[in-house]
Formats: sequence, structure tokens, C-alpha cells
Amino acid sequence: MHFEYTIIENDFANAGTASSAIKKTLKQLNIDSAKIKRVVVAVYEAEVNAIAHAYGGTIYVDIDGEQIVVRIADKGPGIPDVALAMQEGYSTASPKVREMGFGAGMGLPNIKNNVDKLDIKTEINVGTEITMAVKF
Amino acid sequence: MIYKIYMKIKEIAKLLDATFITGEQLAESEIDFAFASDLMSDVLTLKQADRILLITGLCNIQTIRTAEMANVEVVLFVRNKNVTNEMIEIAEEENMVLLQCKYSMFRAVGMLYVQGLQPVY
Repeated sequence: MHFEYTIIENDFANAGTASSAIKKTLKQLNIDSAKIKRVVVAVYEAEVNAIAHAYGGTIYVDIDGEQIVVRIADKGPGIPDVALAMQEGYSTASPKVREMGFGAGMGLPNIKNNVDKLDIKTEINVGTEITMAVKF
Repeated sequence: MIYKIYMKIKEIAKLLDATFITGEQLAESEIDFAFASDLMSDVLTLKQADRILLITGLCNIQTIRTAEMANVEVVLFVRNKNVTNEMIEIAEEENMVLLQCKYSMFRAVGMLYVQGLQPVY
């Protein structure tokens, strides 16, 4: 199964719509609820990141019998120091993002904690591509 | 002695003099764990899969989306925060109970804690 969702820059009102759709699909496939939670928490964090830091992007979802692979590609500014961004507590979030209850520097570390595989490709002024996989 | 402490949602509402905004039909459902935070990133770290109550003063669409992703079944808004129609729509679609009370976070949390609701961390 393959799905794609578009993320629009600064569209905070719709942050979570892709994660919500993924949750419904996984429920229909009778995936264990703890696994579903790991997937959608990671995707939601990435969705918020793409809206907050990048200029929107696209989410590509592939589901087969063994795993779900989600790739979030944005055309944002890129992450200058990935190791620093993975460090809990480090954040470059705007006051607006903080008002929404995010921006504490917990997003990327929490994504890592929830998925079985995480790959971050990033290039300054080109964009960031995060690929995550959770095995069923 | 090992025994299980839980609270029915209607008991939580009664104790805190809270109003149901959505999900009154789920008033008999039970809750084991509670977590209080205005930081949604913190809510997204909860490992418990179900029967969770979130107590928060943060009242926006992301509160509802966070609760949805974290499998939080009941959200209690303290200090009578104003819940929008858009929030109600998503909560209803997700079978989520939204409660509203006039008490402060400190008071609501204290009252629930002494009843024996379990903390997550």
C-alpha cells in the first residue's frame, strides 16, 4: 500500500491530519495498538517539524505485511548539525511553535525512541528527508 | 496486597465539578493513569497505550491531535479554557472525552492524586 500526503508551510491547523489518516489505516489492518501509537507519534512529531521548520513537504507511506516505512521530505533550510538536533532540549522553534505546546527540543529524540529504523538526510538550503520504519 | 485503582470518567467529572464538552456517553468508562502537562512533546512520550487522562491548560487543536496520537481517551481542560468547534469535531470523531473544569491545574491534579489515580512517570 502506498499513500502520499502534502504538508503546507505554517499550516498548524492541519498538523496531524496525515498521522491521523495513517492511524485509521493501521487500525483497519488490525495492527497492535502499541505499535500504532509508536508509528503515529513519530509521524506526528515529524509532521509538526516540517510545518514548523521547513516550508512544508510531502509524506510518503509504504505499508507491507512486515513493516511501515514513512518518508518525510521537505524543501526547508536543512539541519546544520544533526547531532545537535538529536540532543534532547536543543530547539530552534519559534514562539508560535512553543505556543502550540511544542519546541522543547524533544521531537527528533522522541521519533528515534519510537521507531526501529531512522535515517536523516539533510542539506543546507536544499531540504531534509527523514525515513523511519516500524516493524509489525 | 495488590489491588487495582481506577476511576470512572463520571466520578472524575463529579469530583472536579467538571462539565462534559464531548463524550458524555462514555462516562462509565474507566481511567487508570493521569498525566498533567502543557507541553505536548511531553505527552507524546507516554508509553501507556490506553486508559489515560490528560490534565492540561493548553487548549488548541494540537492538544486534541496530540491526545489522538498518544491514545489519550480523556482530556481535562483546567481553568475553563475555551474549546473551539474544530476541536470538538475531531474529539467526537475520535471518541474522545473532553472535560472542562474551573479549578487550577494544581488543585485538579491534587484532588485526583489523592483518589489514587496512578501517575505515568
